[in-house]
Amino acid sequence: MTPEQALLETQAPVEMITVVIDGFEVTVPKGTLVIRAAEKLGIQIPRFCDHPLLDPAGACRQCLVDIEINGRAFPKPQASCTIPVENNMIVKTQLTSPVAEKAQAGIMEFLLINHPLDCPVCDKGGECPLQNQAMSNGRPESRYEGVKRTFEKPVPISSQVLLDRERCVLCARCTRFSEQIAGDPFITLNERGALQQVGIYANDPFESYYSGNTVQICPVGALTGASYRFRARPFDLVSVDSACEHCASGCAMRTDIRRGKTLRRLAGDDASVNEEWNCDKGRWAFKYLTSRERVTTPMIRGADGELHEASWPEAIAFAAAGLKDKRAGVLVGGRATVEDAYGYSKFARVALGTNDIDFRSRPHSDEETSFLSSIALDLTTTYKDIDKADQVVLLGFEPEEESPIVFLRLYKQVRKRALVVLSNAPFASRGSTKLKAKIVSDISTIVGLTSKSVILVGERLAETSGAISAAVALAEKSGAKLAWIPRRAGERGALAAGAISTLLPGSRPVSDASARVDVAAAWSVDSLPSNPGRSTSEILLALSVKNLDAVVIGGVDPLDISNAALTQLLNSFVVSLEITHSAITAIADVVLPVAAVVEKSGSFQDWQGSPRAFDKAIADSLSRSDVRILSMLADEMGSPINLPTVAATAREITALGKWDGKADAFESVAIEKESAAGDKLNLSSWRLLLDLGTLQDGEANLAGTARKASAHISSARAEKLGVKAGDLISISSDFGSLKLPVEISEMADNAIWVPRNSIGSQVIANLGFTNGEVTVVKA
Amino acid sequence: MEFTSDQIKIMDSIIARYPRSRSAIMPLLHYVQAIDGYITPRGIEKISEKLDISTAEVTAVSTFYTQYRSEPAGEYHVGVCINTLCAVMGGDAIYDSLTDHLGIKNHETTKDGKVSIERIECNAACDYAPVVMVNWEFYDNQTPQSVKDLVDGARAGNPPAPTRGPKTLRTWKQNSEVLAGLNDGLANEGISAGEASLLGLKISKGGK
Amino acid sequence: MSKLTPVLSANWDEKDSFTIEGYKRNGGYKAVTKALAMEPDAVIQVIKDSGLRGRGGAGFPTGSKWGFIPQGDNKEHYLVVNADESEPGTCKDMPLLLANPHVLIEGIIIGSYAIRANHAFIYLRGEVVHVYRRVQQAIEDAYKAGLLGKNIGGKGFDLELTLHAGAGAYICGEETALLDSLEGFRGQPRLRPPFPAIAGLYAKPTVVNNVESIASVPSIINNGIEWFQAMGTEKSKGFTLYSLSGHVNNPGQFEAPLGITLRELLELAGGIRSGHKLKFWTPGGSSTPMFTDQHLDIALDYEGVSAAGSMLGTKALQIFDETTCVVRAALRWSEFYKHESCGKCTPCREGTWWLVQALHDLEDGKGTEADLTKLLDLCDNIAGRSFCALADGAVAPIMSSLKYFRDEYLEHQRNGGCPFDPIASTVFKTVGA
Repeated sequence: MTPEQALLETQAPVEMITVVIDGFEVTVPKGTLVIRAAEKLGIQIPRFCDHPLLDPAGACRQCLVDIEINGRAFPKPQASCTIPVENNMIVKTQLTSPVAEKAQAGIMEFLLINHPLDCPVCDKGGECPLQNQAMSNGRPESRYEGVKRTFEKPVPISSQVLLDRERCVLCARCTRFSEQIAGDPFITLNERGALQQVGIYANDPFESYYSGNTVQICPVGALTGASYRFRARPFDLVSVDSACEHCASGCAMRTDIRRGKTLRRLAGDDASVNEEWNCDKGRWAFKYLTSRERVTTPMIRGADGELHEASWPEAIAFAAAGLKDKRAGVLVGGRATVEDAYGYSKFARVALGTNDIDFRSRPHSDEETSFLSSIALDLTTTYKDIDKADQVVLLGFEPEEESPIVFLRLYKQVRKRALVVLSNAPFASRGSTKLKAKIVSDISTIVGLTSKSVILVGERLAETSGAISAAVALAEKSGAKLAWIPRRAGERGALAAGAISTLLPGSRPVSDASARVDVAAAWSVDSLPSNPGRSTSEILLALSVKNLDAVVIGGVDPLDISNAALTQLLNSFVVSLEITHSAITAIADVVLPVAAVVEKSGSFQDWQGSPRAFDKAIADSLSRSDVRILSMLADEMGSPINLPTVAATAREITALGKWDGKADAFESVAIEKESAAGDKLNLSSWRLLLDLGTLQDGEANLAGTARKASAHISSARAEKLGVKAGDLISISSDFGSLKLPVEISEMADNAIWVPRNSIGSQVIANLGFTNGEVTVVKA
Repeated sequence: MEFTSDQIKIMDSIIARYPRSRSAIMPLLHYVQAIDGYITPRGIEKISEKLDISTAEVTAVSTFYTQYRSEPAGEYHVGVCINTLCAVMGGDAIYDSLTDHLGIKNHETTKDGKVSIERIECNAACDYAPVVMVNWEFYDNQTPQSVKDLVDGARAGNPPAPTRGPKTLRTWKQNSEVLAGLNDGLANEGISAGEASLLGLKISKGGK
Repeated sequence: MSKLTPVLSANWDEKDSFTIEGYKRNGGYKAVTKALAMEPDAVIQVIKDSGLRGRGGAGFPTGSKWGFIPQGDNKEHYLVVNADESEPGTCKDMPLLLANPHVLIEGIIIGSYAIRANHAFIYLRGEVVHVYRRVQQAIEDAYKAGLLGKNIGGKGFDLELTLHAGAGAYICGEETALLDSLEGFRGQPRLRPPFPAIAGLYAKPTVVNNVESIASVPSIINNGIEWFQAMGTEKSKGFTLYSLSGHVNNPGQFEAPLGITLRELLELAGGIRSGHKLKFWTPGGSSTPMFTDQHLDIALDYEGVSAAGSMLGTKALQIFDETTCVVRAALRWSEFYKHESCGKCTPCREGTWWLVQALHDLEDGKGTEADLTKLLDLCDNIAGRSFCALADGAVAPIMSSLKYFRDEYLEHQRNGGCPFDPIASTVFKTVGA
């Protein structure tokens, strides 16, 4: 943590120190390192191992400067990355000290003697700190005439990261990141002296969810990503700031484009959100948009039952005809931008005249609907509250799997000050283990929270009846801050945009006549539907029993909701707005192609409720955002929604603003206890970060690092079943079954956990539910 | 192959010596060498499990220290000191004649698995130069011939006793067990001090 | 009458000097009784007043080191004994521990009591199995005798003592690397501050002392400050072990007051190898710049050696006669530092890699005058630029040998290779002897 961040986190007054660097005074907070104070003056001291978010190492010695304090000079140059400023300190960098300049040139010469100087074939060439600083601070020529150190190269240390030990300058950024930031010390410095080298244990690859960051912070081309390797030169790329579309963490991103193609994505800098990190899914899962399954033109299902390419006017007319004056609902999906979700919300109310709209394409409940409409949008908890928390409670939430940057923030505090973490998960996952989380089986038994505590509620808490109510009660009783962290990037924004039956945009309750009038006026319509709308599962049910005729569906995978969802859609008129062909497009009557994130502008809201806006990265993309297509469709239906562009939509959202009236009251539900006994086990599940999610399609290198599916049971249960770790068990429900290897965990004897959507373990498809009673036997 | 329950018990007792378990990694690595003769994958994995650290972290430590071997040592591991003083005093000549005699190079082991050799750095016995260590026991004031005799004896099953050490030379694995902290009861064997160590004392007592 | 003052080595000639009985018979463990009857701070004061300085090389006052430990901080304190003796030429702690491990244990009990440590460690280099056996047995016997464990001597003082074997890493003699190693990490030096006195082992206040320093404590407690101060020079008090090795007729250990000269020591060691003359020598291991026959009368105390441009170091006097090639010596030491560099910092890791190649070329007669200039510049880019002092040690033999024997380096080029016969410098002189 930098002193600036310390200031931010503590809010306490921090002593300021004034130092003189190269003749210029600069005043910085106490504790600031000399190298950082110099940056404030625009003086760049060369460096490799230094990184503001890692503990100082002082290893590369590139940043040597001359220092004197109170008139007493250090006898030898000091590493400016390890020395904090002091009063009466005078620093002379390479700009004013010949000793420092020679010391730096000497270090640079040493760093290069064993470097292969293969810049022309190195991915890092053109954006390489070694290359750049060798030019700025090195000798013009090397005096080394000896033999260079050679290693076998490149060595894959996971399916997505390759290691070139000859290029490595042993700055230990990668190993320190893995240990200090991610808590995954799977790469280490091995051997010693001139043979010291980065490496893994031969049988355990570098399978960290955060491994890509090491590629990004490597100051040379020693670590490269398999997917980007040899694909581009940095100077041929156009970089665009963007936001991550995967989860609700809200990472700032950078997208690098060459000739209309995304070549790579990197973590962007946002000190208040992702600092300088992201997860591997955010970094590498973007191939879905160039997959062969991409929908490129509108399609209409013909009399032959097949989809046929159509022109936009044809398709829009066909869709409008199928929706106009019909009883129709809207399923938005959790990945829409705020602007697109607003478009769906307005389209439902104005063009379809209904409140039958929901963004939740996952298990949900009325209790959750009530929580979302009355509480969720008023929560103000932020990352900063985690930084300052005395305790953090995770309810229905696995941060490392479901919101990886939230995990990094928690881990930072656990490492720094032993932050206490509690979790109501059935067992301590790998993430929870790293957080040293204490497992609590019953929310009502949690005591000792204060107003400095934070309760993080995941979307899965809705899967246990009464659990959200218990969380709300816990927050009320203790004064702890509450946050809702959905898994998908679009959910929080969709909720704010009113893409749910109970709310209009800006937290306006559908049940409140004045709220409806407010929105109707803004939308220039006479009135808005007042009848209560349906949730996702209710819409699907209504479609299947012909209480609804048609449905407009955004990015939804029916198997995320239930095993019945797809068949429930079969007899309806389905309008699908999709990026790639899917189970929905396979049954849709009209398919309208829409833009992926890099092809459009827009914004998400992260779990804090902060907007994460992004511009179109691929400037000349012809793909259109959902809202534009919905607007065309509404025009065709004769009920215009007047949202011709994303920008216009954003302006309208801002103009409408947030409702200052009363929210609906939260309707609490009593908690339901799990009851499996005897041979039956209570199965629970969540999604692993890297799994069969459709946005990870087409990226085999990433998929190769996914955690392998296994079923967790207690040791007593294993004994009872006559199995040991690694043995196969068969798990079955009335619906179906699956087979997985056993992993023993400390957990209740009547509990079993499996991944929700991984290879060999797709619970909705295999078992018909996400949580429920199963029978388990040795396979 | 699994470690036996007795071996696991010993590992646990090694861990119990320290206020924090991770400190036990070095004696545990010595203990793995006592069982397997070198740092085996199963050893790394067991230590990782016992200390709750990653296998990579165990590897990082095991490869840092030269006594931990990535390949099996001979039953008698011969270290010839080639640091400056011993080298000048005859260590280089001893090393050359030994490699010729055995037909193996640095870090290699004879085909019969009996003898491995290593060029070693200063072993804190300079007043007995040139020094050779066998299984980390002192063989003081060596010559090329004495070392040939030493390894021939070792290969024949009767190595000479160390100069300052137990009455009989123990094997590589047995001595690794000592370094893991398992008392072999031989502390009282051997002399208190060699001639050179006693030189000053003798002179002060009126010797010459 | 010799100047020798055997204290630590006084009983090494007894057959059972390493046993608890042997030690006690010669007055062993009396100092513990005496010290435990004192206030801990009073013990620290005695060591401070005695003027005892670290015998591991740096010469830092031992009592002051103890005094830095914050008291009343409700934290565990640790005493860690550095028995990782590995500096080339250094061979004093190993014979000491082989012959008399109990004097160290007695010193540890007193030192731990003084700094309020209830757990002490001996970090012993791993390549000396029989020394390990002796120390381990001594610890077991001390436990049995109630000198370690709970309520020592009935005075309510508890002390656990753990023996820890290293595994071959010279760098672990550096105290922070030693602590990292003892904590179960790679033995690489730590950033300072924090210093071990504030955050050492397990981030708790820790004293790290050399074997000989701690072993000197019981005699000071027993005999008093005046006795100790009667030996040595003004700022270098007491006795110490000087180790003579190499081309002398009788190499060995000589326990003498600080300030003795090499001329005096050589006399005790029977002089330079017969028929030969002194060429160069190290005052305290290979990391201390070498001396020549011009330095025979320098007082071998902290100040005297330092004033002459070197360091007292470990008092490991490696003596080389005129048959020895100084380039070969410098090369071999450079290979040692390259082998032992921990790899953490650039100048040491890459610099020693380069130095070895440069010296190889020079030894093979391929080096020119310009190469010597370059070599010195490389040394200048390494010394004082690295993370710890190892690299400073690495350049010491090179810079000092170039200072005294520059022409010998050039002679290699003129000669088209090394002009020395390596067999001439061996103890057996003829191949296969």
